[in-house]
This record gives sequence, structure tokens and C-alpha cells, in this order.
Amino acid sequence: MKRKILAALLASTMVLSLVGCGGGSAEAPAADSGAAATEEAPAAEEAPAADSGAAEEAPAADAAAGGGTLTVWCWDPAFNLNAMYEAEKVYQKDHPDFKLNVVETPWEDIQTKVTTAATSGDLSTLPDIFLMQDNAFQKNVISFPDVCADLTNSGIDFSQFAAGKTAYSVVDGKNYGVPFDNGAVVACYRTDILEQAGLTIDDFTDITFDQYLENGKKVLEATGKPLISMQAGECDLLMMMMQSAGSSLFNADGTANIVGNDTLKIVLETYKSLKDAGVLVEVNSWDEYISSMVSGDVAGTINGCWIMASIQTAEDQKGNWALTNMPSLVGAANATNYSNNGGSSWAVTTNCKDQALATDFLASTFAGSTELYDNILSSGALATWAPAGDSDAYATPNEFFGGDAVSAKIVDFSTKVPSNITGVYYYEARDAVAVALTNYINGSDLDTELKTAEDTVNFNMGG
Amino acid sequence: MSKPKKMTLSKKHNLTGWVFLMPGALLILFMSFVPMFRALLLSFKTGVGAAMKSCGILNYTRMFQDTVFIQSIKNTFFYLIIQVPIMLIFALILASILNNKNLKFKGLFRTMIFLPCATSLVAYAVIFRSLFANNGIINLLFVKLGILDQPYAFLTNVWSARIVIIIALLWRWTGYNMVFYLSGLQNIEYSIYEAAKIDGASAVQTFFRITVPLLKPTILLTAIMSTNGTLQLFDESVNLTDGGPANASITMSHYIYNMSFKYVPNFGYAAAMSFLILVLVAILAFLQMKVGDKRD
Repeated sequence: MKRKILAALLASTMVLSLVGCGGGSAEAPAADSGAAATEEAPAAEEAPAADSGAAEEAPAADAAAGGGTLTVWCWDPAFNLNAMYEAEKVYQKDHPDFKLNVVETPWEDIQTKVTTAATSGDLSTLPDIFLMQDNAFQKNVISFPDVCADLTNSGIDFSQFAAGKTAYSVVDGKNYGVPFDNGAVVACYRTDILEQAGLTIDDFTDITFDQYLENGKKVLEATGKPLISMQAGECDLLMMMMQSAGSSLFNADGTANIVGNDTLKIVLETYKSLKDAGVLVEVNSWDEYISSMVSGDVAGTINGCWIMASIQTAEDQKGNWALTNMPSLVGAANATNYSNNGGSSWAVTTNCKDQALATDFLASTFAGSTELYDNILSSGALATWAPAGDSDAYATPNEFFGGDAVSAKIVDFSTKVPSNITGVYYYEARDAVAVALTNYINGSDLDTELKTAEDTVNFNMGG
Repeated sequence: MSKPKKMTLSKKHNLTGWVFLMPGALLILFMSFVPMFRALLLSFKTGVGAAMKSCGILNYTRMFQDTVFIQSIKNTFFYLIIQVPIMLIFALILASILNNKNLKFKGLFRTMIFLPCATSLVAYAVIFRSLFANNGIINLLFVKLGILDQPYAFLTNVWSARIVIIIALLWRWTGYNMVFYLSGLQNIEYSIYEAAKIDGASAVQTFFRITVPLLKPTILLTAIMSTNGTLQLFDESVNLTDGGPANASITMSHYIYNMSFKYVPNFGYAAAMSFLILVLVAILAFLQMKVGDKRD
């Protein structure tokens, strides 16, 4: 009997250790915030702790002189970290005492740290400025209202940014983020493959999805290659199609807009018809998606313009690619050839002791300097700030895309993107619609699936 | 001032024992049990992000209306019912073969079978994903051998995705369980086998009449551990199939993770679901002990 009790004890300890992990997720923040603080301390050196001290002594003087240090979290060394360093240089011209402390932090870590700081109620571990994925912006501002500072009246002119882009960081009519990189949707095609089907890039410009399907069939017949590949179970393309007609999975009041959303229905039917015709092929993972494009298994893709960085890794295909706008939906109200996918925006935290400095810095760089945008253009960071598009740098032809001035083109696209409502429950809705799509492709009834999707989203919102 | 009373020797010994136990016990108490208790309290609260309020047992009743969670329970039990018995039988057979005294290169074979356990969970899941990709080696082989006309999308079809996860789990964990059986077999006196041989027992008879009964405690241990491990399955679901297609392969832990970090954070509900797993594992472990251990 003793042995049995011992065995039971052992078994339950093993099990309990799971609860420690799974259920402890809320506990993790408490432990984690300590880790975050220690982790940051060596990298951040004097900031933010030492900095906040200095700022407290003479905040007014600091703001006026533009001196002081700001701590920034962002994730990609070649891309957004680089942009911040360039912004520092631009700002230092007028404010020689100004310093930035940029800490490389992957987005998943930023999300965890923000969740941790907000749930523990101790915001002192947060930096002054951090970069946030646009899709997560609403969720974070609404879940953790204390984290992000309201920038509406900070002197930043938000009207100069593309409306569709700014909308991601607007909650209750207040601006919480300064838009950064451009996620305007581009359609890229292999002109050499299109040629074999007797088509050119003009046959794909300003077209509808019906024409896209017809062209796709021709390409498939002539070369055996689909026009586009997509990652199964992810609904990037659906979201792009939705936004191209200005439609969202949520209504302005936050309720789900799935059942009875005609645009969504058209989107799903369009996707299925592309898939059924073999014009669209589904792959399992992101790496497969990239490799299908660069290895020439498909004749093109439709995605946020950041996808160009991946396409351009295929050096041998230089000059064989061309870029244009995406097809528009047929039968949807307000259908356009423009949409947005991905991208991120800068948020100022309430932990920032010198709000005036932080907003002035952003206002005179990311929201006020064509020089900055020219400098970071080579790294693929395309502006969402309209005045930057007028710069000469944007008119430079890109040899990879057949000598086309693609940068200027994309900036032009981005100003035409209809805005949509991300909603707080964006990821829930997205996953629910992805499930509906998979089942619909496999033969389920569309209306039933949409009803299930809406029920799932409502269930998640009910908690 | 009174002189302090001298301790007896046995008291002293006991005290020394407790002093040695304390650091570890305290660490476990504060790092494990306190968070668990806090998680239990948390599971009775609800709210978005930081704003939590008490809600009684709402989280516990709520999970039975959650179709995705119910789907994840079904998936997890499917893995459990199919994978655990197959794996344990394989492990047992392999262990008996490798326990043969006359087998050459025993060390090499044992290492080879145990080696998958040394790989990281994420790494092997990613490798399995590329093996079963549309242009992966498995599809390539099948097409070249003429078994399939065109590549089969293993990971985007409901049943094949589940089966791929089971194959991956078998590859990863069979060797691990085999090692337990091997060490158990070392404790069985070889003369018993010799006696059986003299009595004219066949290999199959020896296996079922001697090996299995004498290994019963080890089999029970591995069964409980595997059950426990399968109910907490996470890495394979996330990295191999990402829960897809259409949640057909999502596990309970994966859904709990989504609920905490991917979606709008609902820690109270996530904690409640974790406790359901605790209850399930406890019940299963209890049943297995009732069935498996008949010694007292």
C-alpha cells in the first residue's frame, strides 16, 4: 500500500509540474519581469533607470534642448534597427546631445514583455518607444490601456500618412502609433513565364480576379505552373482581398462581421475557384512558400511589399520579375486594386519620462524627414509617409524588376489602400475564418462554416 | 541561565536530514507549488489582459461549450490511444531483442535507437515537416516509385496530418522508453530464461510468461509517463502542423498557449484549462495503477 501511495505521489508531482507551466502563464509574467529587467540592464546601461532620474530633475530643460536618451525596442537589425539608427543621425543634427539606445528584441519577446509588464502593473521595465505589429496594435491598446501613450495632440501630423495604415493604431479616435513600414500589397510576376503563355505584365495590371483566373488558366496550360502559392491554414490572401474592398471581419462597434458579410463570401468563393482551377497551390510552411517563388515553381505572388526582399534573393532571376497592383474582387462594393498586409508602427509607452522628447523625435524623423526615408530605402523600408514618395530616391529604377521605379509605384499604391477595422479579436477571427476556408475547400457548405466561424469568434469575445 | 538541553543522537540525525532537504524543498515550494496555487486562484477569475475579476466556476463550465477546446481534447486522446500502445509495444520488442547476450554491436544499436531522444523537439518537428512537404523526400520517393501520381499534401489533409504526428512521436520516444525496459531487463536473472529454455519454452512464450510479468512495474511507469507526456503535447502540434488543417491536429496545450499569448490574453480561462489537464492525467494515472499494479 505504501508503494502505491508513493507511486501516486510521484505521478501527481509530474502532473503538477505541467500545471506549473500551463497554468503558470499568468505567473510567468511576475517571474519574467524580473528576468526582463536583468536582461535589459546590461544592454540598456544607463537607460531607462538612470535616464528617468535625469529626466525627473530637469524634464523641461531636457525637452527644450532635445538632449537625453531614449530606449527603443525593435527587432530586425537590417531593417527597423537600421532605420532607428538613421533616425538618430537625422535628429542629432539639430540636437547634438540626443542619444538613442536601441535594443534588439524579437516581436514575440516584445509582446511577452508588454503582457508581463501590463499584467504585473509594473511598467518600469518598458522602454520609451517600441515597434508594434500593426495587427496586434488594437489588441494591446485595448487589453492594456495603460501601456501606450496617446499621441493625438503631440504635434505629429497623422494626415500625411496613408489612411489605411494609420487606422491600425487608432483606437476610439485617438492615435497611439506612428506608422513605420509599408505593407502595401504588390503583385509580382515572372515575366519570362508569362511570356510563354503569350501574356505580359499589362495583362495583370488593373485587372479583376475573374481575369486573373482566366490568365492563370492560360499560364497553367502553357507552362504547367500555378500563378500563386499560399500557405495552407493561413489566410493572408483572404485578408488582403477583404481589405482591398474595405471590408473587415468586425463592425465598427466591435461585433463580429462574418455571417452576412457579402464581401467575405465573395472572397472565399474567389479563393476556392482559384484553388479548384489549380491557379493557386497551397503549401505547408513559410519556407515552402518562399522556395516555390524563388525556384520558379509558381509564376508569381501577391503579398505585402516586404516580400520583395525575399524575391530579390533569387539573383539569377534578375530582370525577369515585374511588379504591379493586385486584382480586384468581382461583385464586391468598393472593390479596389489596393490592399495592405503586415507592417508595423512605433508606439510611445507611458513609462517614457520625457514624452515631449519622444514625440518630437518621432515628429521630426519618421513623420517629417524625407532624408531619413531616402537613407533607409536601400534596406527595403518603404515609407507610408506621403511626402517621402516625392523624393528622387524613390524614382530610381530597380533593375531586378525590369528597370521599373518600383518604390515610387508602391508609395502610390499605399496611398490608395482602403482602411479596415482590425478589431481586438483579430487573431481569433482570422483563425476562425481560416478554419472555415479549409472546410469549405474540402466541400462543406459555406454558410454553415461561416456561422460556425462567427460562433467561435463570439465565444472568444464572451470570455 | 539554563544550560541548553543536549539533543539525542537520533534527533540530531533527523535534524541534519531536514537541513539538507530544506533548500530543495523551499525552492520547489516557491518556484512550483506557490505558482500552481496562484494559477488555481487565477482560474476562478476572468477578464481581458490585466483587468481581472472574480467569476466563480465560469471558466470551468465555459470550456465545455468551447468547440475548439473539445476538438483539441479529442485530438489529444486520439494521439494517446493510438500512439502510446504502439510505442510501448515497439519499445518492449526492441528491448528484448537488444537484451540478447549473443547479439553483436549491441552498444551501437542501442545508441542508434536512443539517439532521437537527444534531438530538440522543435528541430525534429521542423525536419518532419520538411520530410512530408509537397516537395519533400517522402513525396519524392512515392512519386518516383510510382505509388502516387502526384505529391500528396500530407500535412493539409486531416487524417494524414494526424498520422504524421503519430509517426513523429513514435520516432522520437520509442528509444526513450526502450531504455527503461532495458534497465528493467537487466534486473531479471538470466537463469530464469535458461530454465525456461530447458523446459522447452519458445521465444514467444518466454516473452509473454517471463519478460512481461517481471517488467510490469517498468511498463506501468512508462505508461504513466507517456500518458502524461502525450496529454501535454505541444511542440509537434505547433511546429509540425500548426494545429491544422482546420484545428484537426491541435492539442490542448497548443490551444492553451494560443489563448494566453496569440489571442487576446485570457489567463483565467487558460489556467482553468490547464487544471482540466491535471485532472485528466490524475484520473488516467489512477486507472492505470488500478489495472496495472496488483501486488498489494
